[in-house]
Amino acid sequence: MKRDDFLKHVAWTGGGIAWSLTGGGLFNAQRALAAGGPISFVQISDSHIGFARPENLDVIGTLEKTIAGINAMPVQPTFVVHTGDVTHLAKPAQFDTAKQILGTLKAPLIVLPGEHDVIGTPAAFFEAFRRSDAPKGWFSWDQGGAHFLSLVNVFNFEIDGKLGAEQIDFVEKDLAAQKSSTPIVVFAHVPLYALFPPWGWTTEDGSRVLAALRRFDAVTVLNGHIHQIVQHTDGNIRFATAASTAYPQPAPGTAAKPGPLKVPDSKLLSVLGYRSVEIARSAATITDHSLQT
Amino acid sequence: MGLQTALLGIVLTGGAHAAVPALLPAVATVHIKDFKYNPPALTVHVGDRVTFVNDDDEAHTVTSIDKSFDSEGLDTTGMWQHVFSKTGTYHYFCELHPYMKAAIVVLPAAPAK
Repeated sequence: MKRDDFLKHVAWTGGGIAWSLTGGGLFNAQRALAAGGPISFVQISDSHIGFARPENLDVIGTLEKTIAGINAMPVQPTFVVHTGDVTHLAKPAQFDTAKQILGTLKAPLIVLPGEHDVIGTPAAFFEAFRRSDAPKGWFSWDQGGAHFLSLVNVFNFEIDGKLGAEQIDFVEKDLAAQKSSTPIVVFAHVPLYALFPPWGWTTEDGSRVLAALRRFDAVTVLNGHIHQIVQHTDGNIRFATAASTAYPQPAPGTAAKPGPLKVPDSKLLSVLGYRSVEIARSAATITDHSLQT
Repeated sequence: MGLQTALLGIVLTGGAHAAVPALLPAVATVHIKDFKYNPPALTVHVGDRVTFVNDDDEAHTVTSIDKSFDSEGLDTTGMWQHVFSKTGTYHYFCELHPYMKAAIVVLPAAPAK
């Protein structure tokens, strides 16, 4: 569904016409009418198209399985956000393959880069996923009563996990214009807090953005990069990293290095997946779905 | 992992019609393994060629901080060579894992014997 179509769809339901949905979908629709929301979206991450190792010899197949799961959701998300590392080595052919697969999503797609998407240069990433409203890569928007920020913390040449002064300035000005009661949702590839610095799982200047987020009633920060689900709450800010669609990585500090983690083939789908998020007033409901059926 | 495996990797990823890059003679080889460059410090002379081989299970790069050379992404078994044409100390790192650091010192060309 194109974004314009979706907005028309929302207007139609907002007019009080009952949705012909089943189960949770109908419940959500009713709550939406009562609260002026909610908005639901899906996060996917770390597809590493081009990866070809025993940890997952079919990253195309697992991404396709992910898309099939999302397309089969009874209520289609407002959008799907891919939080980076779409490709393994930022090769144009890898972007082409990824774009082709992601193009089969029914919902509109937002893609932000991971460090694997900008090796040497971000040119191939921008060629594949440039947005006219995000000339530098980062942008914000309002949707469904929430305020969204899509950030890029992989553009620094020598440091993964850095936003840079220009982007932080953008974030501070952007947030200054928001009411503290507005739910805020932030996307970035590398975790914005110090999740595990010895493996680079942190954003060097993330604390400045977190400081600007403190005054809000409810903030949800969603990241990728570490190929596993880690949830963490710090005051008003709820952090959650996502599973990969390609292969898992070890839990922080449980291995000598953060390389790909080999799990038995029969277990692989259980550690890959996607995440649905529903934002209603001040509450974010996060549900992780594995590819295991 | 031996050189034969590295060459095989190039053949497989280069496509059926791509020429197989010949491995030119090099004075030294830096192996990338367990998120480290080995050796982490190396001294060569102007004109010397150095081979870098990724023996790790993760992709890495060989990228100089002064941007004078960059392997771009090297997948497992990936290999890259560079000829050093100027004296100096070249600090390099992995763009994907920037805490991986190493250095190569390039001395004036060795006098002919």
